[in-house]
Amino acid sequence: MANGNGNGNGNGTIAIKNGYVFDPLNEIDGEMMDVFIKNGKVVRELTDSEMKDAKVIDAKGMTVMPGGVDSHSHIAGAKVNGGRMMRPEDSYKWNRKKTPLTHSGSGYTVPSVYMEGYEYSQMGYTTVFEAAVPPLEARHTHEEMRSIPMIDTGGYLVLGNNWFIMRYLRDGEMDRAAAYVAWMMKAHKTYGIKCVNPAGVENWGWGQNVGSLDEANIHFEITPREVIEGLCEINERLGLPMAMHLHCNNLGQPGCFEITRDSLKIPSQIKPNQNLDVEWAETKVDPKRLESVYLTHAQFNSFGGTSWGDFESGTKEVIDYVNKTDFVVMDSGCVPFGEATVMTGDGPAIHNLYALTGNKWSNTDVELECGSGIIPFTYLKSNPIHSVQWAMGLELLLLVKDTWKSIMTTDHPNGGTFLKYPLVMAWLMSRAARNATFDECHAWARDRSDLDAVDRELSLYDIAILTRANTARTIGLSHRKGSLGVGADGDVTIYNIDPKSLNPRDYENLAKSFEQAEYTVKDGEIVSRRGEIVAIPEKRTYYVDVNVKEAGTKDMLADVKEWFKYYTLGFAHYPTPDNYLMNPTPIKVNAEEAG
Amino acid sequence: MAEVTLTPKGEIGIMVEAEVIIPDTFAGKSASEIGDLVVWQGPKELPLSDFFDVKGDGGKTPEETSIVINGDVSRVKRIGNEMTAGKITINGSAGMHVGSEMSGGEITVIGDANSWAGMEMKGGLLHITGNAKDHAGCAYRGSWHGMTGGRLVIDGDADSQVGGGMSGGEIEVLGSVQNFCGIRQNGGLIVIRGDAVRGVGAEMNGGTIVVGGSITNFLAGFEQVGSESDLALDGVTCPGEFLKFSGDNAIIAWTKGTLYASKNANEGL
Repeated sequence: MANGNGNGNGNGTIAIKNGYVFDPLNEIDGEMMDVFIKNGKVVRELTDSEMKDAKVIDAKGMTVMPGGVDSHSHIAGAKVNGGRMMRPEDSYKWNRKKTPLTHSGSGYTVPSVYMEGYEYSQMGYTTVFEAAVPPLEARHTHEEMRSIPMIDTGGYLVLGNNWFIMRYLRDGEMDRAAAYVAWMMKAHKTYGIKCVNPAGVENWGWGQNVGSLDEANIHFEITPREVIEGLCEINERLGLPMAMHLHCNNLGQPGCFEITRDSLKIPSQIKPNQNLDVEWAETKVDPKRLESVYLTHAQFNSFGGTSWGDFESGTKEVIDYVNKTDFVVMDSGCVPFGEATVMTGDGPAIHNLYALTGNKWSNTDVELECGSGIIPFTYLKSNPIHSVQWAMGLELLLLVKDTWKSIMTTDHPNGGTFLKYPLVMAWLMSRAARNATFDECHAWARDRSDLDAVDRELSLYDIAILTRANTARTIGLSHRKGSLGVGADGDVTIYNIDPKSLNPRDYENLAKSFEQAEYTVKDGEIVSRRGEIVAIPEKRTYYVDVNVKEAGTKDMLADVKEWFKYYTLGFAHYPTPDNYLMNPTPIKVNAEEAG
Repeated sequence: MAEVTLTPKGEIGIMVEAEVIIPDTFAGKSASEIGDLVVWQGPKELPLSDFFDVKGDGGKTPEETSIVINGDVSRVKRIGNEMTAGKITINGSAGMHVGSEMSGGEITVIGDANSWAGMEMKGGLLHITGNAKDHAGCAYRGSWHGMTGGRLVIDGDADSQVGGGMSGGEIEVLGSVQNFCGIRQNGGLIVIRGDAVRGVGAEMNGGTIVVGGSITNFLAGFEQVGSESDLALDGVTCPGEFLKFSGDNAIIAWTKGTLYASKNANEGL
């Protein structure tokens, strides 16, 4: 079912010939070679008789990469829909007509579900993960995700302020905590642990926050340090595909780089232990993740200075630490200027933005689990803070020396829409593009960041790491995504970029080429061609299925049922059934036996 | 100036979206080409000639093109939408979004206008001789980036949210308005000759509002800073004595909005 059977070439069998291939997981750096896909999976070659049925693409003079993988984007669920509802103006000018094949859609920073799929696919993306799923909103999230066409999806479960987790960690009940996480992942059909403003969002229910790693929160008396450490431990004990996904405390406040740097040090003694029971596609590089923490939208967590008056980039210390250690991977959360909708599980951070802007906003308390907030935001080149933020996002990606420690995102739609990825790629690849923007934006970008001193221009190989190879490896999908190794999913992007005549000074054309992939191939089907959707393939939804023999499972379930009297719904309605998912695809995980 | 006359053929059921009715589109086209222009009615795209008899050819340029609509077009939306030059005269009432986002030229409605007249106008003149409904000269729903230029004149009354989010240009209402006139205004001038009900200048932080009549529920976020008489603002004169207020300070304290309210009509202030 999940393999190619759309309306394109039909059989998921395709030969992509003569392209310059960039496949970092197989250390292929622009080699001219052919890529063969049979029934939706990459194969070494096609036989003569198979070639007869295969679609052949001549990719001569073009760039061939694995399909794009976005590891952090807000595309589905209550927050995203809240953004859509509170922003009719976002849909007013940005919309598309229906065609015989595609649905209509609208929304620039918060597109409707169909638009999200089409727009990602046109840019060459084939896999996108929703960054924050509150457990109680899992059904809603899946209802939306199943309707997003063109891309495989999955979502991370928000657990950093969960009452059960905070209680168990405080009481040292690690067996029950691990059993709870394993059960929750399966119950809500989610994929990894997300931790937002640990211990702080709970305080926001009382109009407060936490300010330091060792400040205990109200009622639960647990500190951010304990939550981060506990969740990282559980993550590795269960052997989850992705490292614990961390949104640090004090986000968006001047000087927050300190708490971010210190948070990253917390799991330094925890050994990564990804323990997947899956079939691995061939790769030259070790496809298993090396990190025990995945920091998200580092830009928003690397503010320097002590106030908005002496605000400056604080990325240096975060970058230095990431360069020094092997246990951290981060995504950038770039700010490409323009319209955005800020949405996060970090309620107090949204209130801070409201106090700054007076814009319309909303906040939600998700019962015993977490919270969230939404506020529309416009990043202006004329604004000094926004200009520094633009520089910071790029600093993070250019000054972290090993590209395998970084991932390119805009934290869509927080820093800007994913439609701006091509622009970010152009800035990363072209000093001239950065100079042009420096000249247009506020002088603080030059004066209060190190970006202007950076001459580095990323290669297409680097871009393939930042947007495919490392995203897939970081989230534990490199067994099937992010590479063109034999056995990988047949997801391919072909950009009309000739690496032999690539000119970084011609950054406008470069960005245009990234905007519209010449071909996007999903599971061996051509699904979009020069910005036009030509086939709607079946998509999959990934979640982790932990094979757990945890001692704590029985006690944990008794606890959960007991505490369910405080929930506004019955226990039986809490889990998300399989039929809420499009092609539910469990990633099997073998947990360690509890000692 | 070349004149194109549109005469409605009869009752219109589902409202028609006719943003093609602008001099910019009609210029350089013959009457029959104009009749072939496509408009939306619900899910269908239909030729303009299904709804109008078209007489006369467009001029060479938008500037040289005048469109005259003879009859009621209150079920035709978006006439004059995004026009940049030329003239439109509607001898009858206009549907929603007349003159929305226009940046130049002149529209005269000899009749009433439905909601969103002159929404997010950038320039030109929109004159409505009758009444206007809600959101005249306002930002689109959800946005606070409203009118930036041009002039909107309503001889009769207007309903709620006149000039919402306005940052430039002028609105003059000879009659009265309902609620939230000048909400989130941050520039430009709104003159109401008659009365206003409530929420005048709510959350405004720039620009000027003059209310020549009474304000039923005056907002608490405004502070009196003086009184003036016989105002002359950007060439618009307002005779009589006015109390001058600054605001709206309800949310932020550094606002620069100015609200004048007639002294005689607002004795309690």
